[in-house]
Amino acid sequence: MEGAIAHIWSHFDYWAMIFLAMAGLFIVIARGNLIKKLVGLGVFQTSVYLLYVAPAKIVGGTAPIVAPAFKVYSNPLPHVLILTAIVVGIATLALGLALVVRIREAYGTIEEDEILRTEAAGEADGR
Amino acid sequence: MNFQEHLPALQVVLPLAAAPLAMLLRDRLAAFVPVLAATWAAFAVSVLMWLQVDATGPISYAIGSWAPPWGIEYRVDSLSALVLMLVSGVAAVVLPYSRASIEREIRQENHYLFYAMFALCLTGLLGIAITGDAFNLFVFLEISSLSSYVLIALGRDRRALVASYQYLIMGTIGATFIVIGVGLLYLKTGTLNLVDMGARLQEMTSHRPVLAALAFLTVGISLKLALFPLHQWLPNAYAYAPSAVSAFLAATATKVSVYALLRFYFSVFGETAVFQRLPMEDLMLILALAGMFVASTVAIFQDNLKRLFAYSSVAQVGYIVLGISFDSVTGLTATVVHLVNHAVTKGGLFLLLGAVMAGMGGVTLSRVHGLGRVMPLTAFGIVLCGLSLIGVPGTAGFVSKWYLILAALEKGQWWLVFLIVLSSLLAAAYVWRFVEAAYFRAPRADLVAVHEAPAGLAIPAWIMVGATIWFGLDTSVTVGSAARAAAMLLGTAQ
Amino acid sequence: MNPETLILAALAIPVLGSLAIVASRKLPNLREAATLTTAALLFLVVVQFLPGVLAGERPSARLLEVLPGLDLAFSIEPLGMLFALIASGLWIVNSIYSIGYLRGNDEKHQTRFYVCFALAIAAALAIAFAANVFTLFVFYELLTLITFPLVTHHGSDKAKAGGRTYLGLLVGTSVLFLLPALVFTWHVAGTTDFRPGGILDGRLEGFALGGLLALYMFGIGKAALMPFHRWLPAAMVAPTPVSALLHAVAVVKAGVFCVVKVVVYVFGLDALAGATGWLVGVAGFTIVAASLVALNADNLKRRLAYSTVSQLAYVVLAAALLAPLSVIGAALHIAAHALGKITLFFAAGAIYTAAHKTEVSQLDGIGRRMPWTMGAFAVGALSMIGLPPAAGFVSKWYMLSGAMAASHWPAVAVIAASTLLNAGYFLPILWRAFFRPTDDAQHPHGEAPLPMVIALTLTAAGTLALFFLPDVPLALARDMLGGMP
Repeated sequence: MEGAIAHIWSHFDYWAMIFLAMAGLFIVIARGNLIKKLVGLGVFQTSVYLLYVAPAKIVGGTAPIVAPAFKVYSNPLPHVLILTAIVVGIATLALGLALVVRIREAYGTIEEDEILRTEAAGEADGR
Repeated sequence: MNFQEHLPALQVVLPLAAAPLAMLLRDRLAAFVPVLAATWAAFAVSVLMWLQVDATGPISYAIGSWAPPWGIEYRVDSLSALVLMLVSGVAAVVLPYSRASIEREIRQENHYLFYAMFALCLTGLLGIAITGDAFNLFVFLEISSLSSYVLIALGRDRRALVASYQYLIMGTIGATFIVIGVGLLYLKTGTLNLVDMGARLQEMTSHRPVLAALAFLTVGISLKLALFPLHQWLPNAYAYAPSAVSAFLAATATKVSVYALLRFYFSVFGETAVFQRLPMEDLMLILALAGMFVASTVAIFQDNLKRLFAYSSVAQVGYIVLGISFDSVTGLTATVVHLVNHAVTKGGLFLLLGAVMAGMGGVTLSRVHGLGRVMPLTAFGIVLCGLSLIGVPGTAGFVSKWYLILAALEKGQWWLVFLIVLSSLLAAAYVWRFVEAAYFRAPRADLVAVHEAPAGLAIPAWIMVGATIWFGLDTSVTVGSAARAAAMLLGTAQ
Repeated sequence: MNPETLILAALAIPVLGSLAIVASRKLPNLREAATLTTAALLFLVVVQFLPGVLAGERPSARLLEVLPGLDLAFSIEPLGMLFALIASGLWIVNSIYSIGYLRGNDEKHQTRFYVCFALAIAAALAIAFAANVFTLFVFYELLTLITFPLVTHHGSDKAKAGGRTYLGLLVGTSVLFLLPALVFTWHVAGTTDFRPGGILDGRLEGFALGGLLALYMFGIGKAALMPFHRWLPAAMVAPTPVSALLHAVAVVKAGVFCVVKVVVYVFGLDALAGATGWLVGVAGFTIVAASLVALNADNLKRRLAYSTVSQLAYVVLAAALLAPLSVIGAALHIAAHALGKITLFFAAGAIYTAAHKTEVSQLDGIGRRMPWTMGAFAVGALSMIGLPPAAGFVSKWYMLSGAMAASHWPAVAVIAASTLLNAGYFLPILWRAFFRPTDDAQHPHGEAPLPMVIALTLTAAGTLALFFLPDVPLALARDMLGGMP
């Protein structure tokens, strides 16, 4: 029991990542509101940032600025990668929201089930 | 400046530079010209690089002169050279076509946006094929994906918006899975350079994070690939996008994703990890067969022709993945050759459907009644592409089927041979539906006076159809390159 | 002109002819002249090869390499020479007949008809000259596709349904069976070339050998072996000149030609010893079953269709017996049946055009009104039954001799029984036509239009001629078995 708690605690950042990823995916799948889906997507993407950044902190490492007194530095590369990923995430979110605005204009709703119902009705009319 | 040296960089930079230029130049024609120039230049660059790789072997280019594996490397070998040529070639044909096609399908004030996004999408696709860095691959993947979401949403029908949104959600989940996979690989190997990663992973193939990375990458790329059952976004996206976009994406997007899968499977993880540590052979086989049969069957019952052929694309992706599941040179040759053959077939088909859309105002089966009489050349072109989908000899599709059957025979799996030919007959069923509507029905009263497609639409379409027939008769380029690429991937040659 | 160029020229002539037909579509007489000139020219070119082939030469030409090691190549050997002569010769006669039929019935889409016809002949010639199974397969598929517009000529719902069966069965069998057979042959033998003595080199035994044979036999759907024969009666919805083309000139002939060619040049008669018992059974069953259906069919074209199914199975049976005499008979029967059947179909079409009758029960006394037509019909019927002085007697003689030499008494019994059945469904027609009083005094009619009568007289004469002068086909058939590489 002790070992298990210690194990979880020592890897809590990864457990947080898994939790966020699953929460995000669940929101995407379970929620019908288009904006909420985008929120879930954002949460999912954020969990990945954790996956990269958490291991970047090397045990006993200092900030990644070269100085003669220090031998072990934290890894700056994942931070760079995540900056890129954050930008990609922002672009995706912006695009998604723009699409939601257009969908609202076209359908009058941003609920997925209502949109599907409208489409099904349209199909039945033989559009 | 020595152009020859910097070709790999130019391949990506040219279309990338054209995109903001098109954004700034609001006018339709002014935006079109730089994108056209960049696209054709990109095609020329890819041909030059292909010739160079053929002569002297793989090209390695360090971006910004930062040496790999710390700097980002662009690497062109026999497989990537072929994919680059394919993507830029398709773009070079589709872009002139799109100028005439979007006249009718997109509002005039948005044309410059179309060209800008097209250039960005091309950049992304070319970047995926040329980069030698794993995270860089993700970045280019997202560039191409985001721009394709926009391109799809430009369609006239409001369902294009929903289709684009759905594609966005699923595509982003897929891309995020890829990032997770790349992250795990980075954590294990400490490098992002694909070649370096491959070398370092050799001793680690049984470690759980590596296998987890493989799983995440497979699922992520399969979403982009539209491998059954992760194909849900494709039919709607292809059906409601503007015709030029459907053609371009159908011919390139899934193919580049296949490339990414091949690159990760064989150059990074290696055969051992993929086929021996994990049951990929069986898994891919089952999913490929499921895709082939389920998608073909669903296609038979579609009313909208674009949706019908979109489902056909899902089935054809099944063939491509089937080739991978064999884990043999013949199988991979089939995969790579079908990559090219399907691209020209489906590209030509969707271009022709765009001409039908322009002439008849829609692409449902009821609208194309009597197409054989009203637009005979276009209808005949669609039949030719349909024959290639079935795999009739004399068309490109036959060549792919040949290698698939041969690969199955080499493994002695006769039941698989029959499944492959059976699914060809399913393709015959949905092609027949078009033939019946086009040739055995009279045209609608208000559509009797429609003319054949204008040259601006017809010429690019027939270039692709011509390629479909050409690659069915002269296979030296396609099969030769595919065989070389397959041998290189499996490590039996360079 | 060297042989290589001549072969390619022979294949190009019908294609160029089709372009000429399209170009002259506004002037019907010019268009018809284009067809006839092309057909005559083609026959002259094909005949050029005959002396050389009989002397043992095998002219060949390579078109292009499609896959590494797989060429589209042509090579003329005796059996192919025979088929080519039949196809090109009968094209001339069929064109004369078509002119009469299409104009007499005021058919639409005549240009499309002539163009597809010309291209179908080109495909048939390419099959005849094919040097390997791959080339054979390519043009076999093309033949199916190019005859499709001919079968569905009328564009009606019935035509569409018939076309669906036609395409479905032929494409289905070729993709499901023939394609795997082709790839497997390549996989086992490393080549798909046709060579005397076969290319399998003993690499296949027992089940694998029999399996490959089955794939080929059922894959060659144009040979109409049961249960994949239904496309033939379904294609009767086409105009009669098309039926004549299908049954006599090109399509079924291509089918049985492929069967004999595969048996002799891919497997080799020796290699198959003991492996063809089941094929004899299937062919024998087809012969008898089809004859029984023909007995009960009242529609004339349907009766003729099932007669064809039965006659084609003769060829397969004779080839499956593996006796040299019967294989020669099989080759001869390709020629004999072609002449006889085309005569019968021409007569059926003439009856339809002149009297608008399609059922056997309507044919009372028609022999007196249309003596030339029914006289020709009589000759064709004699050939089907296998009686002298018709060509069918010669081929049947060889087939029977081969069966007896192989001591295959069930085969002998089948051939004998089917001869009786043939008589059973042909002779009553003749008796009705000549010996029953006519019942249409209110609607008198004369002979069919002149071009049709000329055509059917020519083919009837040919059927008789082949009986009296069988030397050339016989020499070709013999050469096939003793042919040099």
